[in-house]
Amino acid sequence: MSQPSSSLGKDLVGLESLSAEQILTILNTAEPFKEISERRIKKVPVLRGKTIVNLFFEASTRTRVSFEFAEKRLSADTVNIATSGSSVVKGETLVDTARNLEAMRIDMVVMRHGSSGAAKFLAERIPSNVINAGDGSHEHPTQALLDMLTIRDHYGKIEGLKVCLVGDILHSRVARSNVFGLLALGAEVAVCGPKTLLPRDIAELGVTVFSRVEEAIQWADVLNVLRLQLERMEAGFLPSLREYNQVWGVSSAKLEQAPGDLLILHPGPMNRGVEIDSDVADGPHAMILHQVTNGVAVRMAVLYLLTGGAPDTAEAAKEGAEG
Amino acid sequence: MIPKMLIRGGRVVDPSQAIDDVRDVLIVDGVVAEVGAGIELPEGAQEIDANGLVVTPGLIDVHVHLREPGGEHKETIATGARAAAAGGFTAVCAMPNTDPVVDDPAGVGFVLAQGTAAGAARVYPMGAISVGQEGKRLAAIGEMVEAGAVGITDDGNPVMDSGLMRRAMEYAQAFDIPVADHPEDLGLSGYGVMNEGLVATRLGLHGKPNASEDVHIVRDLLLGDLTGGHIHLQHISTAYGVEAIRQAKARGVHVTAEASPHHLIFTDERVEGFDTDAKMNPPLRSPEDRDAVREGLADGTLDVFATDHAPHHYDEKEQAFADAPNGIIGLETALGLGLTHVVAEGLLDLSTLVHRMSVAPAQAFSLPGGTLAVGSPGDVTIIDLDEVWTVDRDVFLSKSQNTPFHGWALKGRARYTIVGGVIVWSVGA
Repeated sequence: MSQPSSSLGKDLVGLESLSAEQILTILNTAEPFKEISERRIKKVPVLRGKTIVNLFFEASTRTRVSFEFAEKRLSADTVNIATSGSSVVKGETLVDTARNLEAMRIDMVVMRHGSSGAAKFLAERIPSNVINAGDGSHEHPTQALLDMLTIRDHYGKIEGLKVCLVGDILHSRVARSNVFGLLALGAEVAVCGPKTLLPRDIAELGVTVFSRVEEAIQWADVLNVLRLQLERMEAGFLPSLREYNQVWGVSSAKLEQAPGDLLILHPGPMNRGVEIDSDVADGPHAMILHQVTNGVAVRMAVLYLLTGGAPDTAEAAKEGAEG
Repeated sequence: MIPKMLIRGGRVVDPSQAIDDVRDVLIVDGVVAEVGAGIELPEGAQEIDANGLVVTPGLIDVHVHLREPGGEHKETIATGARAAAAGGFTAVCAMPNTDPVVDDPAGVGFVLAQGTAAGAARVYPMGAISVGQEGKRLAAIGEMVEAGAVGITDDGNPVMDSGLMRRAMEYAQAFDIPVADHPEDLGLSGYGVMNEGLVATRLGLHGKPNASEDVHIVRDLLLGDLTGGHIHLQHISTAYGVEAIRQAKARGVHVTAEASPHHLIFTDERVEGFDTDAKMNPPLRSPEDRDAVREGLADGTLDVFATDHAPHHYDEKEQAFADAPNGIIGLETALGLGLTHVVAEGLLDLSTLVHRMSVAPAQAFSLPGGTLAVGSPGDVTIIDLDEVWTVDRDVFLSKSQNTPFHGWALKGRARYTIVGGVIVWSVGA
């Protein structure tokens, strides 16, 4: 049975507004799409004839490339716009950029923007599907989805697991999307970091707050270690990277104190020797490259679902039938 | 020659004289000549039938941004003065954070001249505290007062140097003007764009804590203790700030303070959905803060109901939340909001609201008006308490439309706005 419209609505702006069922639909839809990337010919015609613009107002390698692979493996026509060299640096407003793209009759925009709420802003102004690839410190839903898919691959479930996000929660869209998504799926969620980098009243979202990473390691089944933006020191949030590494950095010595199985995620790009030590990043607990692989599958699932693809025909779609 | 005007049979509400009764008001040569019953219509006088309407001293808004010079795409002194009149205001105080900043007598003269030319609400210029509002050295305070400034403020770029603020409060005393402050510690505000708290945390927007406002409220009150000068605290939004002002008044600090309509009505929940018409500075705060501001306005801790009318072009507000400028317009909605959401909800009686919008602002800034006493300026607002109307930003006289109240149904509106015995605005005109 195919559904008349997307089970996600028009856009994917964030996970806060999604139900557990919708999130699970995306994760379940990603499962059959994983296999496409393992084929010799990595292409199915699901999005043939669709035009997708990847509109990146902030630098990104991993997320942009991941989206682009997802789009191309589903046979969409894609255009990449990055801020340097675009009309954006010539002073064009976001709303004008959107209207111009719309005038070219595109089907979908994948946008990264430095301002929280930018994805919703765009989604309300154009009829195309909008996927948020990160808006300010607000949400980065596909990153959290691929994190959850990775956790589920390892533990076979999300519900009941203890997941702690470690680092700069204040500025992190990855943290917020993970908090919203994991809580929706019934995980226990914690955050850990220096108080200068924890947002006010975060506990009221229903998360536990740890001030020291040792406590988090004792508690958690999964640590999702966030990138520390190096400019935070100049802004006075931290004394030094060295001190951050000593106190909040995840090292193998600290991990030895873990009472059980402990999975290490990192959304990348890593600062080795700052928030994560190399022996951890390259060690047996780390799922970091697995996350990257899952990122393509999750994004294929989101693209497929938003363009009206039905969850239960994903398996058929990847075999070459029109989605 | 200014004609005579007789306002006949209205319910005169003049808190300055404790009048709340049906009276006639006669204005001759631009000033109030008589308030009484059964005044005979003088020959050649214009008669206004105010039967069933409320007649008050002209309303005064001590906190408006008219954007001219430099921001004429948002508002001009003329459009702002007409919007004020349409909202029932007979006078406004124009903030000096224009481009260039009004920090010298020439700037003050320009604002006055444009205000006079507009022929609507009176426009009283405010001058800057510091040259260029840069917070480094005192602006030409005495010369600006000589030229017509009614107060000084660095609103828009508050004075961070407490030593300079002290000097301003000392120096201004020779000229009997208030030093008005937008109390905010910019270091504590950081790159905050809304109230710090759970809503900001969820939305991924950076917050300004109450402390960023409270620290400067307390600083200014302590400087009031130290200098004996008159500090006027603008748009108070925090519970602690209201209480600190209450205590300072009790111990004799010369302080007056404002409450703005939006801080009485909304909380930071209004930012949900990233609506840039909910972005202002100080930000919308918690329910406890909102309730404290309401209580402060009720008990007179916050003397003045002022709008912080802050026009912005729609292109400027049509951006992601963090990128949009602060502020909303308020001149054409304040009275209706006050009547509907303050008086009708029982927070203040009508006479007290009129006090907060006429008597108190006139006293705080030593302005003419704020009373219908014989010999006062013939500035009168005639209000229809029963008119139910819908806020429609597309018909505002302001050049801008940035209001969170679009589409709201309000009860009560100015029917006539009279300045110096001349109707400058009336419904349907």
